[in-house]
Amino acid sequence: MHFTLHAIGDSAVKVDFADGVSPELNREIQLFCSKIGCAAIPGIVEWVPAFDSVTIYYRPQCLNYTEVCDKIYQINRMNIDRIECKSRLISIPIVYGGKYGPDLGRVAESNNLSENEIIRIHCEQEYLVYMLGFLPGFPYLGGLDKRIATPRLDEPRAKTVAGSVGIAHEQTGIYPIDSPGGWNIIGKTPLTLFDREKEDAFLFRAGDRVKFYEVSDSEIDKQVESGEFVVEEADDGSTD
Amino acid sequence: MLLARLAIRFERTGVKLERQRVKLERRRVKLERYPTTIVHQHSSKISKYISEVVNRMQSEKIFRVIKPGVLTTFQDLGRNGYQKFGVPVSGAMDTFALQIANILVGNQRSAACLEVTLVGPHLEVTAPDPITVALTGAGLEPKLNENPIQMWKTFRMEKGDRLSFGKHQSGVRAYIATAGGFDAPVFFGSKSTDVKSGFGRSLVGDDYIYGYPTEAKHGIGITNPPIYQKSVEVAVIEGPHTDFFTKQGRYNFFNSPHTVNANSNRMGYRLKSEPVTHEDNMEIWSDAVPFGGVQIPSNGSPIILMADRQTTGGYPRIGTVISSDLPKIAQLVPQGEIRFTPITVEEAQQRAIQMEKFLFKLERFKLN
Repeated sequence: MHFTLHAIGDSAVKVDFADGVSPELNREIQLFCSKIGCAAIPGIVEWVPAFDSVTIYYRPQCLNYTEVCDKIYQINRMNIDRIECKSRLISIPIVYGGKYGPDLGRVAESNNLSENEIIRIHCEQEYLVYMLGFLPGFPYLGGLDKRIATPRLDEPRAKTVAGSVGIAHEQTGIYPIDSPGGWNIIGKTPLTLFDREKEDAFLFRAGDRVKFYEVSDSEIDKQVESGEFVVEEADDGSTD
Repeated sequence: MLLARLAIRFERTGVKLERQRVKLERRRVKLERYPTTIVHQHSSKISKYISEVVNRMQSEKIFRVIKPGVLTTFQDLGRNGYQKFGVPVSGAMDTFALQIANILVGNQRSAACLEVTLVGPHLEVTAPDPITVALTGAGLEPKLNENPIQMWKTFRMEKGDRLSFGKHQSGVRAYIATAGGFDAPVFFGSKSTDVKSGFGRSLVGDDYIYGYPTEAKHGIGITNPPIYQKSVEVAVIEGPHTDFFTKQGRYNFFNSPHTVNANSNRMGYRLKSEPVTHEDNMEIWSDAVPFGGVQIPSNGSPIILMADRQTTGGYPRIGTVISSDLPKIAQLVPQGEIRFTPITVEEAQQRAIQMEKFLFKLERFKLN
């Protein structure tokens, strides 16, 4: 896999992958991140995978730029078991429209489709979590059908509630916490994406695959309240 | 092996602390505010041991907050290790001043301090025994019971003593450290307040500040504290989107002064500048953004990303301010002036090591 290295200030290096953004490149990036984790290099603080790059933060008091670059080439040559980064498929229930999806009508109108067609198309696709960022636990999902792509709101909302599912241009995403936002909100999931009180705080990891399904308001509320709701998650072990 | 050995050591510390706790319990008020310290799966077993042990020891009320100041928060060296999940690092804006405050009172360099912004709080000591305090960072006319008190030097406060701040003199952010450290909720291994992400809140009136006061020497100080200027020159390592900028844009960035806008905050410093123009509307993919990253939105006005920045961003970045110059920006007042100069990675890392050496020597030998 080809990449170039760029110094990001004195305490980070960006590993820039030459290929275009694709699910294949994303798998390579997840594999590369697993290798950094396995290598456990003293002085490397953390790493952040993105669409076509991984940024590695390090302590210049422990490793200088040349040394960290050498380490990165070594890490890349490592062979690790691919099982280490198997991809998960996570199913997300969504209540579409109504008070939970105030912009569903706008999305339908701007694409000359009915609201039901928008929901059908949104549920048809399988999405890929390319990266997390913007807010704690916020997934950047790739794979939105272009037929339902919609420009951002002209005026961002002062508050979009946690769990809101939105569309902005050719991306779809879910707000993990309450936040101002300019995305078209088409529905809401009752799931918690980011729970600071829990051991396993984050629902998503980069590299996960995501599928949406429609549920009614009342049935999901009941399940969540009674604690019966279980996130559907499949480990299929496939990486290629 | 190492893990097991460390675990044993922490167990032993645990027993010691347990004894201490029983003694302290007789006179300490039951802590009700922050009942749980949250440790996450991803932090190592070791830090789990530490926090369990620390949890066994109860904190006490150190200060009563009479006035909270405009923005007073707990800050340490930040929430490291969770950026891949979108969790901002946060932490002290001026990590140099924070570390010195901690060293002077004998705390771990990474301990949490109170970060005070421009208008300081008004605090009254409620701890039964005397406490040791150090103030570093911005000059905000600190007073102990209405008498001016020297900064960058430890001093003693007794029950009923009052710490207050007066007029702004220099800098923006001051740090208050107490020997033994503060008790504040821990999220993802850090006590740093990050309101936007739901981690803690800034001080409010009639609040109490909790901690674990211990004895420390008074009159420990440094002789040459930093002087905060209203016009600073900071070094920048160029990249990663160097190719996006026009020749004129790059020239403007490095050759004209930039003014700090009033709407600058812990997330970012917005600058008023000769426009730093892009080549054209080339698309860039979002990537990780560092402390000190200088992003340029389409209007050509730079934004320096600071402690509370988001983890990733989608604007082109012309460069990154070097870590040893970040305190100068953190202490730069609104309407202050910045000039950027290019620097190599090697030179920048030398300066980072110099700063580390200074802190290390101060910590080990109390020398400077």
